[in-house]
Amino acid sequence: MRRRRAETPRIATPHTLGLFVPGRSWLHRAPAASKLVALMLLGLGLTLAPPDRAWALGTATLGALVGIAVATHLPLGRLARDLRGLTVVVVTLGAYQWWRSGWEVALGITSTLLALVLAGLLATMTTPLGDVVDVMVRATRPLRRLGLDPEWVGLAVALTLRGIPTLIEVFAETRDAARARGLDRHPRALLVPAVLRTVARARRTGEALAARGVAD
Amino acid sequence: MVPAAIELDGAGVRVGVPGSSRRWHEILAPTTFTLTERRVCVIGANGSGKSTLARLLNGLVLPTTGRVIVDGLDTAVDGAAVRRRVAFAFTDPEAQLVMPTAGEDVALSLRRLGLPRADRDARVAQVLDTYGLTDLADVSVHALSGGQRQLLALAGVLATEPEVLVCDEPTTLLDLRNRQAVVSLLDRLRQRIVLVTHDLALAARTERVLVLDGGAVVHDGPGEPAVAFYRDLMTETPGPADVADVDVGTSPDHGWR
Repeated sequence: MRRRRAETPRIATPHTLGLFVPGRSWLHRAPAASKLVALMLLGLGLTLAPPDRAWALGTATLGALVGIAVATHLPLGRLARDLRGLTVVVVTLGAYQWWRSGWEVALGITSTLLALVLAGLLATMTTPLGDVVDVMVRATRPLRRLGLDPEWVGLAVALTLRGIPTLIEVFAETRDAARARGLDRHPRALLVPAVLRTVARARRTGEALAARGVAD
Repeated sequence: MVPAAIELDGAGVRVGVPGSSRRWHEILAPTTFTLTERRVCVIGANGSGKSTLARLLNGLVLPTTGRVIVDGLDTAVDGAAVRRRVAFAFTDPEAQLVMPTAGEDVALSLRRLGLPRADRDARVAQVLDTYGLTDLADVSVHALSGGQRQLLALAGVLATEPEVLVCDEPTTLLDLRNRQAVVSLLDRLRQRIVLVTHDLALAARTERVLVLDGGAVVHDGPGEPAVAFYRDLMTETPGPADVADVDVGTSPDHGWR
């Protein structure tokens, strides 16, 4: 078959959230299973840390993760863009906790939250989704005896990760449609169609998976 | 290898009318035919049952009456085996691309073959190369153009080398250049292709064309006569809303000239 020259891809949209970034760093080469286990242990360690040390642990971890992102040549602009979605939560939570419990608690909670999300982003940006699926399939293989299909578990994880940027896209499309009709200040004009569109998208995805025999 | 023959034996689809347990709406009347041609087009107005007919062919929709047999397999009994033989491409590739990057989406199709990881990666590279998508392997599917997405969707379903490809209006959302690229690709495939389309020029040069109207096959034959039949049919029976009579409050000289 004749080889066709690929067109230039369009400018990337916000739907790059957690998308794999090809590279040859040590983090890219680390096995997917070890990254997922490290992520799980980091999550447990940070959330179970003694409250009086949370701010020190949180900020130190956050600093270390930023250092890893720089050392592994990940696109820092994209990381910052992906983290920007947390701004409202971090500012609101931080301000409230500062007022209620002081700066140590506020810094502890916000730095822990940012560190956990950044760690998740580093893991997903350096691990192809296929590798994550393979790990989940291997990890859940013993559950086959209970009637659980490991391929289904892997597929569910993949669809969940893929679903987050898809949801953002659906909401952005719906907001644009509402704005185009002068309804940008009507929450119902955004929420109801966005929920319906999400369900419709889920149905179409399900049909496509069935058509490809992935669910067989 | 001879591609699998597709046989509809009185296959029809009807659904219940909401709010009534005894009333039915017939989407496709019981239909009988056998497809053995390499290229078959299905044409018809919107809502005529084309997509339902297409979805019957790989078991996405099961007939409520009759049977659909592919290569001797009943879609209602051996759905998984039928889907291994019959691939399906949708109008909107967005719905079909479920993984974040082009390479990973092709890999998803290959998972069911149970290949070792290295073999699967090699197959992905080979498939992407075949369809001229190698440079896009690690690109987000969201960042692809409409034409690239449709080519990737086709590459994804063709990766497992099915015997039949059913396409539901694969060029409807594409510009002329991408439409030609997709049609040219379909032309060169070894698979039997059943193509639902509004592209009458393409249908006219097809071995066999099924014309659907009101949920029934109303014409079945070679391309040109079938397209002529369809044009006459559309002229004789205008749509439910006669748009020409709608008063939109402008004078006649406002139209395109």
